[in-house]
Amino acid sequence: MLVISFVLFAILSLAPGDPLAQFAANPSVPPEVRDNIRRSLGLDDPWPVRYVKWLFALSHGDWGFSFGSRIPVWDLLKLRIPSTLAVVGVAYLFSLTLALPIGIFSALKQYSLFDHIATTFAFIGFSVPTFFTGLLLIIFLSVKLNWLPFIYDSTLQVRDLASLGQQVRQSIMPILVLALFQTATLVRYTRASMLENLPQDYVRTARAKGLAETSVVTRHVVRNSLIPVVTLIALSAPAVFSGAIITEQIFRVPGIGSLLITSIQNNDIPVIMAITFTFSFLVVIFNMVADVLYGVLDPRIRYD
Amino acid sequence: MATGITARELIRPATVADDALRRPSRSLWSDAWRQFRRHRLAMFGVVVFAILLVATLIGPFVYRASSDAIDYSQGLLGPSLAHPFGTDDLGRDLLARVLLGGRVSMAVGVFAVLIAITLGTTVGAVAGFFGGRVDSLLMRVTDIFLALPVLPLLLMVTYLFRDPLKRVFGPELGIFLLIVGVIGALNWMALARLVRAGFLSIKQKEFVEAARCVGASNRRLMANHILPNTLSAVIVAATVGVGQAIITESALSFLGLGFPPDMPTWGRLLYDAQNFLDLAPHWAIFPGLMIFLIVLSINYIGDGMRDALDPRKTQ
Repeated sequence: MLVISFVLFAILSLAPGDPLAQFAANPSVPPEVRDNIRRSLGLDDPWPVRYVKWLFALSHGDWGFSFGSRIPVWDLLKLRIPSTLAVVGVAYLFSLTLALPIGIFSALKQYSLFDHIATTFAFIGFSVPTFFTGLLLIIFLSVKLNWLPFIYDSTLQVRDLASLGQQVRQSIMPILVLALFQTATLVRYTRASMLENLPQDYVRTARAKGLAETSVVTRHVVRNSLIPVVTLIALSAPAVFSGAIITEQIFRVPGIGSLLITSIQNNDIPVIMAITFTFSFLVVIFNMVADVLYGVLDPRIRYD
Repeated sequence: MATGITARELIRPATVADDALRRPSRSLWSDAWRQFRRHRLAMFGVVVFAILLVATLIGPFVYRASSDAIDYSQGLLGPSLAHPFGTDDLGRDLLARVLLGGRVSMAVGVFAVLIAITLGTTVGAVAGFFGGRVDSLLMRVTDIFLALPVLPLLLMVTYLFRDPLKRVFGPELGIFLLIVGVIGALNWMALARLVRAGFLSIKQKEFVEAARCVGASNRRLMANHILPNTLSAVIVAATVGVGQAIITESALSFLGLGFPPDMPTWGRLLYDAQNFLDLAPHWAIFPGLMIFLIVLSINYIGDGMRDALDPRKTQ
């Protein structure tokens, strides 16, 4: 983690681009004032010094101030994280409930019509980029059919049933876009893992014992097949957050993804740093979760 | 004997040895190709990919409409005979722009993957071959790269470094180099692991030991003896990588952080189109469809190759 944050910080600091460029363009801010602001933000120090300072502050839970909006980065993040989490979380749950049964069923009935439809669908969902699905959904569901609003209204507050309905309606498309991609990946993986397990000896043993086919499948095959799938779910969680960056941009969802893009455009280093750091933190955490889960679920794997 | 069976065969059933003698020699690659042709969807992928490739390479010479002639009276028209893909808000012909954009998108995909392959195989080969401390050092580096959040980092780097590169190489080449370099530099890790795993298992084999006894240098062992045996994994990963790189480039352009507006890549076209979805849906649909088709065909090809090069599946 330390190394990652160091690399990120170095790239950011070595990059040309002045966070105070917006003042430079403003003639009412004299150069002396600009220098003062620079000093107060601590930009005078060479970047390794700034890195140590940043790290030190972070250990107290202080993410620093946003250059652009002049409020603590943490407050800014707190505003944005809930909408991202809501969209990503629901999409994730949705794709899980959809993908597991589809994948299992299509592996059981390999080469059936259902299997062909499912694998084709998975392949397409896997190949189509999220920004294109997003635009297509907007064209068909909002422009042509006029069913759903295509801009996410961030000022909307859920107070009663009507506004709750509105919230649901405006979240449908972003969730759908994310869920489609995730479902496709999961279906492919579940199916492949099931197919690997089905012809194994222990399955034949279970059948030979006279177990009913349903209990062979649910108790034996599915349980074993889902071990790698669970790992994949944990490992791909950060990727879904990255996917959310694009989705948020299409539908104008005010989440951390769109915050990242605006702060990159404004050269708002503390915010960029906080978000990219959070992302890498997520990657590392989910990697560890995957490792631990693997050990718990699969008795063949033991950590010394 | 119209069926082509010789009298000798009628008397004595063809033995396996006979069969092997008569058949043209079979190499690994011809076997793989035979297997690959049987994969219908992969062949479909090859055909679609070839059509798109030819269209973007030769298309601009055959289809002569200008990609940047501005004509406001012809703005936002739907598909018609004069403009098969319609026009954008400035009245520019979209088919011409899509064809031109395809060149850039595909070039980005291919070059980015070349960088990724070079990096990935080198790191993987060195780590796997020498083992020990070199291995653990290189693998730590790989782990760190794996933990970097790719998309945010990509956005950051392309935005921050675009101006200096623009000054040095000119706006188009500069951004091209930047995007290709960054995508390549952030996508070699999976390949490095694959190659390393291959090297670890193959360097134990007897034939490597034999080659070493004959006095082959490390370099020769790696390049001529071990690497060819890990090649199938590399090829499959590279194919799928091209599709991923095209998607990544389009995503960057779509977020407005990719190529400049006068360079119509597919992602850039989508970015420009997203504000006119109600008036001109065709503007978004055609370039999007291109991205989708090319990635789909590449993925099918990759799938077919994976099956074809998997020795367990060959009969």
